[in-house]
Amino acid sequence: MMEYQNIFTTVQVTAPDYPGVPVEDTLDERTGVLKHSYLMGKLGDAQIGPIYLGPLGVAALFSGTIAFVIIGLNMFASVNWDLSEFVRQLFWLALEPPGPQYGLSFPPLNDGGWWLIAGAFLTLSIMLWWWRTFALANNYGMGNHIAWAFAAAIWLYLVLGFIRPVLMGSWSEAVPFGIFPHLDWTAAFSLRYGNLFYNPFHMWSIFFLYGSAVLFAMHGATILATSRYGADREIDQITDRGTAAERGALFWRWTMGFNASMESIHKWAWWFGVLTCVTGGIGILLTGTVVENWYLWGIKHGLVPTYPMIGETVVDPLLTEGAQ
Amino acid sequence: MKTLTTKLFATAGLGITLLLGGCEMPPPESTQWGYRGTGMEGVYYPSTLDELAANNIMPEALPAVPAGGPKSKDVYQNVQVLGDLSVGEFTRLMAAITEWVSPEEGCNYCHVAGEGFAADTLYTKKVARVMIQMTQNANQNWNQHVGGAGVTCYTCHRGKNVPEYVWNINPGHTVAGGMKNQMQNVASVAAGLSSLPIDPFTPYLLDARNGRHAGTTALRDEGGVSLKESEWGYSLMMHFSSALGVNCTYCHNSRAFSRWEESSPQRVTAWHGIRMVREMNNEYVDPTTDWLPPHRLGKLGDAQKVNCETCHQGAYKPLLGANMIKDYPNLARLAQAEPEAPAEDASEDMPETMEMGGMTTGGYQ
Repeated sequence: MMEYQNIFTTVQVTAPDYPGVPVEDTLDERTGVLKHSYLMGKLGDAQIGPIYLGPLGVAALFSGTIAFVIIGLNMFASVNWDLSEFVRQLFWLALEPPGPQYGLSFPPLNDGGWWLIAGAFLTLSIMLWWWRTFALANNYGMGNHIAWAFAAAIWLYLVLGFIRPVLMGSWSEAVPFGIFPHLDWTAAFSLRYGNLFYNPFHMWSIFFLYGSAVLFAMHGATILATSRYGADREIDQITDRGTAAERGALFWRWTMGFNASMESIHKWAWWFGVLTCVTGGIGILLTGTVVENWYLWGIKHGLVPTYPMIGETVVDPLLTEGAQ
Repeated sequence: MKTLTTKLFATAGLGITLLLGGCEMPPPESTQWGYRGTGMEGVYYPSTLDELAANNIMPEALPAVPAGGPKSKDVYQNVQVLGDLSVGEFTRLMAAITEWVSPEEGCNYCHVAGEGFAADTLYTKKVARVMIQMTQNANQNWNQHVGGAGVTCYTCHRGKNVPEYVWNINPGHTVAGGMKNQMQNVASVAAGLSSLPIDPFTPYLLDARNGRHAGTTALRDEGGVSLKESEWGYSLMMHFSSALGVNCTYCHNSRAFSRWEESSPQRVTAWHGIRMVREMNNEYVDPTTDWLPPHRLGKLGDAQKVNCETCHQGAYKPLLGANMIKDYPNLARLAQAEPEAPAEDASEDMPETMEMGGMTTGGYQ
């Protein structure tokens, strides 16, 4: 029973260290200690390393570290360099964007300036890392699917922290760097702009997000369930459908009348993942810049159902009592 | 394999205990108060309800006394607020206040033994006078908030000299030199331990900051308020929720928090409550600052102020809606304040030690 219910790999191949083949003369630049880990082998490949960082990787890590340290030091300073408070309050601490009074100008360092600098370095780091995924895939003779999927996530990140604040004319509209603070920001964002649930692009994003989870579970389950018939060779079976592909396909066809193919399921997965971020980014981008209150927008477009109210009708007291 | 299984179950058990350690014991009870599907309902745990009921027991009212007889201002000196009460009513109210506010210290909490009742020596007596006026004002002018049940000293004090839940202007936590305190992004006690602003009281319950931040038009409104404003209003709402022991949907339909048409009548009550508390803090509490001793002041030298929790103390209605004012009608309306008269020699010397019983069964009844 246990072997079907735990997430750990059941088969581990013990093999000699393998540094990989030379690609574009980068074999020598691959660094990192080659070793084998039984525990990592439970989750993935047992071999750790080597890794090729290259100039882009080094620059990305350097830039990311600067952002990380700026954010961390600002959090540390916000509890007066008190280590126990820093640990205790870590999830609550944040580097907050500038206030609305600064608009898009560069604010004092202690009132949002560090936020801008940290954001710039974080963005640079992410961009360099993206470039790296693009360049390495080219080097290795792969398609650029990973880079473009990553770009979809970067689009959402840029909308939240840069594009939308610029269109709104204020850095104060951006997200703080912090664990709980960015969650509180998210809730406040929906309250301020009248309930994101009535934002059609938010709906799409949720559809693709939940859809991704369902597809991932369906695909993982199908492959595991048919691995005894050779489903582990799923890419082979795109063109050379074997027993595994047939059984998996027939299961879904006879269960719900339609089935993905060994090829299409991976395209679905890619598009669902990408569209979660693309549609989500559009939804955020329109909020405040075009639509002020999604609930009122929903009423305007017949999106909001009418409920009978229970009890007395409530009227805004500001209208009945006069301004108090 | 067996040890692995045992270890897995032990780890899972420990994990579940840690995860659910802060939760209430199921099953909860729920009450629906909005249309089905809107989630407008209250969720309660029987065990916490028992505790709430135990914490909100109203004290027995003192026996009523006839309203007739000489007025207290004609018998006592320096009675500025309650002068029109009969001596019997006056004495009864004093006894009740002693029971509500200083049951251990007795009369000596406000009056100096041997000095006479008339003297305004102690700050506590002067505060009591203002608080009586504040209570009367709430009952007379804020019917839309306290209507029905009314408030007395006990609503907030519950036998304590200072109500358990009061607030001071928060100077903010200590930050490193050169840092600007953002007044948020630390565990906020006022806002249910979220990272929201730590002092929503000063802007909304002392100052009259606009709490309406949600957009009022479907399409872009150039005059809309900053997103950061929402976090302040949100923080105040978290206080409302914990102070009353209710969730958001007690007042709001969560699909449109800002829309009055979708809200429950309780939201209107709360709206008046904000203004009532603001008036209490500005008109009654703040003026006492000058003569309060340092230990009654906050870090910034301000008097301890009122918020929702001061009266509600975790209940949707203070004392679960029990009506106290019916037994103390003298607190139900503002008395005409008399001009302050200098305290002369008191006509009745106080005994060195006084007991409450001595007042309630004294010669004036």
